[in-house]
Amino acid sequence: MTLTDVDLLEARLVPPRRPGRWISGAVTLLLAAMLAHTLLTNSRFQWGEVGHYLTESSIVGGLELTLWLTAATMSTGFVLGVVLAYLRLWGSPIPRGFAFGYVWLIRSVPLLVQLLFWYELASLYPKLSVGVPFGPSFGTADTAHLFSGEVAAFITLTLDVAAFSSEIVRGGILAVDRGQSEAAAALGLGRLRIFWRIVLPQAMPAIVPATGNLLIGTLKSTSLVSVIAVVDLLYSVQLIYNANFEIVPLLLVATIWYVILTTLLSIGQRAIERYYARGEGGGR
Amino acid sequence: MNAVEEPLLRIRGLRKSFGAHTVLHGIDLDVPRGGVTVLLGPSGSGKSTLLRCINRLEKPDAGYVALGEEIIGYRPGPAAGGRVRVLRELREREITRQRARIGMVFQQFNLFPHLTVLENLIEAPVALRQASKSQAAATARELLERVGLAGRESAYPKQLSGGQQQRVAIARALALKPELLLFDEPTSALDPELVGEVLRVIRDLAGGGMSMIVVTHEIGFAREVADTVVFLDGGRVLESGRPEDVLGGATHERTRAFLEAVL
Repeated sequence: MTLTDVDLLEARLVPPRRPGRWISGAVTLLLAAMLAHTLLTNSRFQWGEVGHYLTESSIVGGLELTLWLTAATMSTGFVLGVVLAYLRLWGSPIPRGFAFGYVWLIRSVPLLVQLLFWYELASLYPKLSVGVPFGPSFGTADTAHLFSGEVAAFITLTLDVAAFSSEIVRGGILAVDRGQSEAAAALGLGRLRIFWRIVLPQAMPAIVPATGNLLIGTLKSTSLVSVIAVVDLLYSVQLIYNANFEIVPLLLVATIWYVILTTLLSIGQRAIERYYARGEGGGR
Repeated sequence: MNAVEEPLLRIRGLRKSFGAHTVLHGIDLDVPRGGVTVLLGPSGSGKSTLLRCINRLEKPDAGYVALGEEIIGYRPGPAAGGRVRVLRELREREITRQRARIGMVFQQFNLFPHLTVLENLIEAPVALRQASKSQAAATARELLERVGLAGRESAYPKQLSGGQQQRVAIARALALKPELLLFDEPTSALDPELVGEVLRVIRDLAGGGMSMIVVTHEIGFAREVADTVVFLDGGRVLESGRPEDVLGGATHERTRAFLEAVL
């Protein structure tokens, strides 16, 4: 058989055969159908109960606490993280050592343990006072009053976010070409201005995705506060199922809210990524 | 060079090592006001390091650089017994102010990619409070016109060709009204057909009496524009003089070999 130019030019172009795709696709669909089937037909999921409790006022209250705790710890922690990253990279020796030690310590201790420590601070230091170090004090307060569960939760999560975000920011900054800070220095810009105006914005495309990850992780970490009786989304759900023993439907209520929040955060993350991709010549 | 006039820049005994490797072995150099000094030399001869020591992007190990009356990076201590015995290192803020007197243009342009052309030009004058935002923008537009890029204020650097980017970088360095401009191989990263437009801008600046130090491999440009050609080799000044003398009748074997290789 000979291939003539005419035949070749007139031949129809068809995609390659991919039997593997068809098989894996079919298996995936089958598994998805089984999952849907069991979710809908297993009466023990009690979807009716789920619908009933989804907007129950005590649960919405818990949801609100989860939201503000996430927002407050993430924003405060991230700002602290940026400061730590700056100190770690461009600070003088003592602040640099402090930033290193801080990140080392916080990353080494499990979040739950830190949470319990702050909550139990009153047993370690029953009284806190303001005054001259090793000298007279001007005022004293009972630690137990200062450190409610919510304050302990806020402090713990903020310090944790600070440690992890400082590493994210540091990584992003190291990825920016050194020529940028040199050019800025040659123009007579000071260190802080170079960091804030020149290097940090360019590090953002690398910082944003990892920070989105951290944010979602923090949202879910807030559920740890249920162990110190802070009424967040999870604990508000637990309070109900401890009374009526409908554990699965109530856990599903919490799950659905966490999924909704995570979805919204992912959408927000995409928008921020697009913003920082400007100047990239048409966007990606 | 006019022997009576004080030089703009005085470099004395400048030494710099990176680890065990000595890059500059005691450089002495005068750069006249309003002249173009071209630094030539093989790669690794210390040209770029010398340039970077001038605005203290590198900290010299010994020796000093003086711009007019000021010593870069140091303040002389009080004279004792008629002699200055201490050079106190300046704090960052003061070094920053000195750097603003010296403009620098880099091989890789180093424009700020997240800022528009105009924002690149007004960043430093506004940050150093040399001008208000609107004054700085007006100056920036004049400078862009001077380098042939009027109307490109709102472009981002990546939307420009290499030659255009380098011209923006020159305008950015000029925005601070520096007394001295340093060029570190300004055309080495450019496609050959874009070299001319950048050299033209540098030539115009030279014609306008700007004091410049240019590290380049463009011998033709050096011959045409330089007032002084300095040949560096192995971290030492091998020869220095008028371009026709250094380029025409090089006395050192190393200089002749280098010129033969690049011409």
